[in-house]
Amino acid sequence: MIVGLIYVCGVSAIIFVFSIFYFVWREGAPFLYDCFDFKSFFTSPEWYPTSVGNKRYGILALLAGTGSVTIVAMLIAVPFSLGTAIFIAEFCGKKTKEGLKIVIELLAAIPSVVWGFIGLMVMNPIIVKLTGAAIGLNALNAGIIVGLMSVPIIVSIAEDSIRAVPDGYIEAAEALGATRWQTVYKVILPAAKNGLLAAILLGVGRAVGETMAVLMATGHSINVPFSAEFPYFHALDSVRTLTATIAAELGEAPRLDAGPGGIFPPEGRHYQVLFVIGIVLFAITFFINITADLIVKGIRNKQ
Amino acid sequence: MNTVANNLSAGLFTATELTRKKLLTQKIVGIIFGLMVLLILIPLILLVGNLVIKAWPSLTWDFLTDVPKSGMRAGGIWPAFIGTFYLVVFSLLASAPIGILAGIYLNEYAGNNWFTRVVNLAVVNLAGVPSIVHSLFGVGAFVIFAGLGKSVLAASLTIAIMTLPVIIVATKEALSAVPMSFRVACWNVGASKWQTIRTIVLPNSISGILTGVILEVCRAAGETAPIMFTGAVFFKHVQRGDLFPYHPGEQCMALSYHLHTISTQVPGVPEPMLYATAVVLLGFVLVFNSFAVVLRVYMRNRKKW
Repeated sequence: MIVGLIYVCGVSAIIFVFSIFYFVWREGAPFLYDCFDFKSFFTSPEWYPTSVGNKRYGILALLAGTGSVTIVAMLIAVPFSLGTAIFIAEFCGKKTKEGLKIVIELLAAIPSVVWGFIGLMVMNPIIVKLTGAAIGLNALNAGIIVGLMSVPIIVSIAEDSIRAVPDGYIEAAEALGATRWQTVYKVILPAAKNGLLAAILLGVGRAVGETMAVLMATGHSINVPFSAEFPYFHALDSVRTLTATIAAELGEAPRLDAGPGGIFPPEGRHYQVLFVIGIVLFAITFFINITADLIVKGIRNKQ
Repeated sequence: MNTVANNLSAGLFTATELTRKKLLTQKIVGIIFGLMVLLILIPLILLVGNLVIKAWPSLTWDFLTDVPKSGMRAGGIWPAFIGTFYLVVFSLLASAPIGILAGIYLNEYAGNNWFTRVVNLAVVNLAGVPSIVHSLFGVGAFVIFAGLGKSVLAASLTIAIMTLPVIIVATKEALSAVPMSFRVACWNVGASKWQTIRTIVLPNSISGILTGVILEVCRAAGETAPIMFTGAVFFKHVQRGDLFPYHPGEQCMALSYHLHTISTQVPGVPEPMLYATAVVLLGFVLVFNSFAVVLRVYMRNRKKW
């Protein structure tokens, strides 16, 4: 009996992933069937889901918001995380190593709403003072916050992949008289590069999916922070991300049933389109996780 | 330590110009990486210190046990605090058994084949799905499809599924740390697979599993997005210090959601109150997480194999 239960629970993760997709799809499906226009959905920056006369559902600006926060976050998180991972794995003593790992674990435990609060109350005035921007709630603020949030996941996976480099490689390098840094640079990093790539990918996944911190720290205004001319990217613009849009608007979007003839009232479309954004987010993170997994499994099979 | 450096300091070789240069590079690089670590950690300590200092005037026992007054602008956080407790307990009741059994399956029963790989991939994906998508799932599955409505139950189940991977991964690791020879010895005296797991493997890995459970508590207490639309409510009337104010079928307040609303949607909340709410939430999570760390260190020191 208990063994049967173990088997059921064992495969529960698969069931849950499928049911997440199914139930989000189920709520968003009417929009997809009736008024989903692939081109304008992804290429129009006009997001007016509650306009009375002319409802427009373009998520380009939201994609750009998510993209800008992710870019800033990765610019901060990737160098620092990889640096920290290398330091922990190769450059410090055992005591420091244990201490740092604990601190990084605690860093991972800080709830995202507390990070959002830090962005709102602490970073906001600092950014206004340092950059002279009119408002400190922008892509830079959220990017820094999300960057700090993605440090733990990148560090832990990067450190795992550095530690997975066979000892023989390192011993061979040292036997040739290489210093520690030469070993790291010429042997360990090339051998661990797939794992490091996977670590960065998972960091990106974390940054794309982050909700509460970006909801509170981005300023939440619809805006494409990129331009064709120099400086191309305006980190001091307030933006709005895919995740924050769902979090901010779902509460006000009513779920309306189909009227006679199976036609949904237009006021109910807003609720459905938010679930369609959920499907988009699910697809993005699903793709990122699968890719990261394939990269990691790829190296394991080769060794 | 590095062989070259050791030999040099032992006076075995005289350093050539090139070696000296290489060692200097190594030292500089080591310092740069160390600085990078400090550059991440120091602001962090300053931030947390800053939170505590600004929260200090409001951090009293009364703040914890009192109910919010005059539209959240005075009083305490008791209903939110106890609401978080409710969500944590209910989500734990759902996710701990499933997660532990799933971990047992993955480590003890699953073969080394493509199906196990798919299960592992599903666990990773479950952990990677954005919290707001979990929230949408909770709305679609528990609030609407299962007819639970917005309630403690719907919110806890949403959190339970979201935090399931934490327990699965921790259990799996704890079980795989038990040496194979323990199991073999048990099988040889005629025990079945499940008897072996129950009498030998689980008792030897219980502290690791407990660590996973504690980490799940941390995650569950801090999550905001999954409960926003599945059961958290802006305000609920609760008696001061009431330990059982909520019914599982009704909505509740939660610390994380409370912090979000009072800092973004209620104008005029005194700053120390905002900071104090953040510090209570942060403190709750960090204290529990420290338990997990202590437990792990204790376990490692006690290990006999």
